[in-house]
Amino acid sequence: MSIRERLSGNEAVATAMKQINPDVVAAFPITPSTEIPQYFSTFVANGTVDTEFVAVESEHSAMSACIGAQSAGSRAMTATSANGLSLMWEMIYIASSLRLPIVLNLVNRAVSGPLNIHCDHSDAMGVRDAGWIMLFSENNQEAYDNNLMAHKIAENKDVQLPIMICQDGFITSHSIENIELEEDSEVKKFIGEYHPEHYLLNKKEPIAVGPLDLQAYLFEHKTQQADAMRAAKQVILDVSKEFENWTGRHYGLFEEYKLDDAEIAIVCMNSTAGTTKAVVDKLRENGVKAGLLKIRVYRPFPGEEVAKALSHLKAVAILDKADSLNAAGGALFEDVTSSMYLSKENVPVVNYIYGIGGRDTTEKEIESVFTDLSDIASSGKVENPYRYLGLRKEAK
Amino acid sequence: MNNLIEIRWHGRGGQGAKTASLLLADAAFNTGKYIQGFPEYGPERMGAPITAYNRISDKPITVHSNIYEPDYVIVVDDTLLESVPVTEGLKETGAIIINTTKSPEYLKKVLKGYNGNIYTIDARKISVETLGKYFPNTPMLAAIVKVSGIMTDEAFLEDMKGSFKHKFAKKPEVIEGNMKALEMALKEVKKI
Repeated sequence: MSIRERLSGNEAVATAMKQINPDVVAAFPITPSTEIPQYFSTFVANGTVDTEFVAVESEHSAMSACIGAQSAGSRAMTATSANGLSLMWEMIYIASSLRLPIVLNLVNRAVSGPLNIHCDHSDAMGVRDAGWIMLFSENNQEAYDNNLMAHKIAENKDVQLPIMICQDGFITSHSIENIELEEDSEVKKFIGEYHPEHYLLNKKEPIAVGPLDLQAYLFEHKTQQADAMRAAKQVILDVSKEFENWTGRHYGLFEEYKLDDAEIAIVCMNSTAGTTKAVVDKLRENGVKAGLLKIRVYRPFPGEEVAKALSHLKAVAILDKADSLNAAGGALFEDVTSSMYLSKENVPVVNYIYGIGGRDTTEKEIESVFTDLSDIASSGKVENPYRYLGLRKEAK
Repeated sequence: MNNLIEIRWHGRGGQGAKTASLLLADAAFNTGKYIQGFPEYGPERMGAPITAYNRISDKPITVHSNIYEPDYVIVVDDTLLESVPVTEGLKETGAIIINTTKSPEYLKKVLKGYNGNIYTIDARKISVETLGKYFPNTPMLAAIVKVSGIMTDEAFLEDMKGSFKHKFAKKPEVIEGNMKALEMALKEVKKI
């Protein structure tokens, strides 16, 4: 039986970590993810978990400690945001190339500068090509559930890749909301024990981790990482199915909300998807066939599946909570549109950069996107595919 | 009650408006509701204006934005009335609850023609009488429960007793005063 609770997004993640009871947590505090290691360290101090908590002196060291711990054969977790992830950047690539299934909670925040502590996805987008599995979470429940599934996905022998669970800084990390929790013993049973095939503390099999890898092999090794990422898609679906059988909560690669019979739809990630659902409901009452496709699995990117799910629409808006500053469009926009091109789906698409640096995204703004989509659907034309939502005109 | 109630809190950093919004979320959660409680994080510091929000509903809440058209507004500090547009977007079918001893004439003037219900409460007096110190958030919490009818007085007091026992586990001597503050506030909040 699930337990009815109310927790903030950060509390939800800390609770999941308590139930997972990893061998090692190494973290350095940074807003808005600070509460995760803060709450977790109290679990350590109280003896609720027997995790080795390493209070490191920087995020670079946090990820380094996780790499060391996971290489040794243990489960390692950490949490960070924005510039904390920036400081980890070197080690982020090393973690994935060493095929270490580390679990990182990224509480999304704008990367400086200028300094901003609020939510956007520029931190996550900075590591989208780093070889990590990336799951996005609409609310506290999804952040919790994604954590419960993370180890089974990442540790699968066909995957063995690190995994990042994203949620929106402050918007969900600091909002108290209802949540269904699972029993400690059930979580433990679902996750199981970690038995890596190769690890440093195995005296029967001495190995080297991370040695020099030049022209002769790096290419092949990178291809193995790419293969693992391709394999991750099915593993995520399998683990999600198993999770659904246990909890009754369904997860796929993405969520289709009233999309089946929709004519216009928004594609977005994290908390904005929730706001969009409310707007879709309202528009449906007025006979507007609006829908939503919420990306859960951003890496590996489910391109074919997304393209198919959007194929019947008359117009699609892709919302990016980070500007790629490339004069071409946001990262999610490029992922979705190139997938559609490859699948020969010729649906008019438009990109909105929104919510930068914590700019609040309102129902009215989401509704305005659907209004734009209705116009595009009837004209079949997209005048300017690279737009901004919620930008103050006079401040530009 | 309506299916979805949206509440906006205005206070100053250090007065406990954020805590009050979280306590309200807790109390409503305990009566079986779906809830959200979240502050608007800004450059807050002691004394600076802060905003916090609540959504309370019988159905799951998916919206994740600030609240622009609240059903209720709570003003924890009446010095904000002249500097913050507290009635902005406030529904006229709703109400504003102000911690103040100012005259109805002054309030009507400063609220710039807000036509909904205006409630006042002297949270300072209640707090000082029951707690010996100025903690306006406890009386204001009771006031919003009373005015909005989110739950019955009895259910609210019962639930808060439990919350205070947990919150003040290390200083149980303050529980009684806090309970008295809630009881007094339930009686003293008045429509002008």
